[in-house]
Amino acid sequence: MSGVAPIIDATGLRQAFGSRVIFSDVSFTVQAGEVFAILGGSGCGKSVLMRQMIGLLPPLAGSVRVLGQDMYAGAADIRTRIGVMFQAGALFGSMTLLENVMLPLELLSDLPYAARVAVARVKLGLVGLADSAGKMPSEISGGMAKRAAIARAMALDPPLLLLDEPSAGLDPITSAGLDRLILELRDELGITVVVVTHELASILAIADRCLMLDASAGGVIAQGDPRLLAAECAHPTVRAFFHREAVAGPSRTRGA
Amino acid sequence: MTHPAAAPAGAASLTVRAHGNTVALCFAGRLDVPAAAALWPATLHAAGDPSRELVLDLSAVQACDTAGATLLLEAERAHGRAARIIGAEARVAAVLALVRPANAAPAGQPAPALRLADRLRAVWRSAGDGLAFLGELMLAFARAPLRLRMLRWADVLRAADEAGVRAVPLVLLLGVLIGLILAFQSLVPMQRFGADIYVANLVALGVVRELGPLLTAMVLAGRSGSAFAAEIGTMKVNQELDALATMGVDAMTMLVLPRLLAATVMMPVLTVLMDFAGLVGMALVLTGFGVPPVVVLHQVAAALVPLDFTGGLFKACVFGLAVAAIGCRAGLATGVGPRAVGQAATSAVVGGIIATIMLDGVLAVLYNRLGW
Repeated sequence: MSGVAPIIDATGLRQAFGSRVIFSDVSFTVQAGEVFAILGGSGCGKSVLMRQMIGLLPPLAGSVRVLGQDMYAGAADIRTRIGVMFQAGALFGSMTLLENVMLPLELLSDLPYAARVAVARVKLGLVGLADSAGKMPSEISGGMAKRAAIARAMALDPPLLLLDEPSAGLDPITSAGLDRLILELRDELGITVVVVTHELASILAIADRCLMLDASAGGVIAQGDPRLLAAECAHPTVRAFFHREAVAGPSRTRGA
Repeated sequence: MTHPAAAPAGAASLTVRAHGNTVALCFAGRLDVPAAAALWPATLHAAGDPSRELVLDLSAVQACDTAGATLLLEAERAHGRAARIIGAEARVAAVLALVRPANAAPAGQPAPALRLADRLRAVWRSAGDGLAFLGELMLAFARAPLRLRMLRWADVLRAADEAGVRAVPLVLLLGVLIGLILAFQSLVPMQRFGADIYVANLVALGVVRELGPLLTAMVLAGRSGSAFAAEIGTMKVNQELDALATMGVDAMTMLVLPRLLAATVMMPVLTVLMDFAGLVGMALVLTGFGVPPVVVLHQVAAALVPLDFTGGLFKACVFGLAVAAIGCRAGLATGVGPRAVGQAATSAVVGGIIATIMLDGVLAVLYNRLGW
């Protein structure tokens, strides 16, 4: 693995809003064919880190190289080679699910219309929404919207998928179905998947490696196989996260 | 017989080999989205003959994604029966196995276009909803003295500011322009008959009795009716109305009544300003054509009676009430999804304008019967 260039290579990332530092000196790599999870509690900067990775938020310091290209060096075509699923789906409300999935194919490929329809139907079929192709986003449930958003993110068969909280707010059965889909995408299509999440069951089920951010530490507190971290990591926040324990607040810590 | 059906597309290419009763499509390279785009027509054309057995030779395919797999399966579909797939690497075969059930899944039917009967039913239902809204509104008015705590006067003032005070510049500008245009257009033909001083009578009556309230109502519908609908509609989309309901707060009293009160009070004020601005515009034209200002003033005073003003102001109150009620009703009836708020705002403006014109007609008949 050492000789293969990583799919994502992030070095020394820093982000702050005003005087509030979200994280600093965040470095990690994601290898091809991995399911990589970015974990952490609410407000630790998971989604901020994802926005930096997809080119929407230039880091204050550091660099992000995705598929060998610097995300902020003006290489716009890199965005056509990554698929992104946003937390709320971000489906276009004026289009049917089929049209949502067809949109990237229409704008960024030379496929003829019949081919775009066929490919988009296949993507919807892969996420179990073949019967809902003609529905509007307002007519489907939250879980279906997330699956449709994954279908749209996969429209151009990108080698890298980034999923922001794919399981958040879903019932365990739907969530497990999404986990299975992510593993299928990795196993059958060789897609590298980065998942931003704090769903413990999902992390342990699908992630090969993970990176854990912590708001109070202002950066990364652990990296590695989530199962090993759950079993062996001594960091109190990591232990609390994986064992669902409450962490004492600062005032109580001072008082203790 | 062997012939290349398509030039290599990037790393992918297709060669069609026909032997007796068999046609073999030999793919090579990476079957991905660009390859599918380049090879799609040739593949489907070559696979379209059902009298021959179709063979998909994938022995030279290095990689295949879902678009490539879709191309292969669509070739099979165009052929009309199963193809014989040979030489597929394990990874390519796995992708085909993954995509095949998705490709075979029944296609979701697009939503059928609404039939005429459905549309008529929707109009009927909407009319019924409107009637129910009217009933709820009257009930809310009747109960308002008992629910004064829910009627937030800060909201009334804010709505009055937005619907009334902030509309003043636009109303004055429109008033002056309408007065100018009406006076100018009337003056040219009336001068031929030496009746130019009666332009003041014509414009004053037209503006005060009819155009003043009507145009002000249009401004209210465009500015505030749509704003009411968008504001309440957004609250509904964000489930704020549900939150109010669970708190036991009546949305009619808390959200609709303040806006209705504000619009009903501010409309006559705006109408007076519109009337005044219209008369100023008319006076500017007449004095520009040499009619002394005192004559204009005299003609206006002679043309108008107090009932013209009060009749106009009564119309303004009615229009204000209607425009605000339609705007609020459109907001409360907002559907789901991001388009819903825009649709609510549009229906508020259209409904407000139509209602204003219809009410104007009804009031014209009523005034006529009453001899006003």
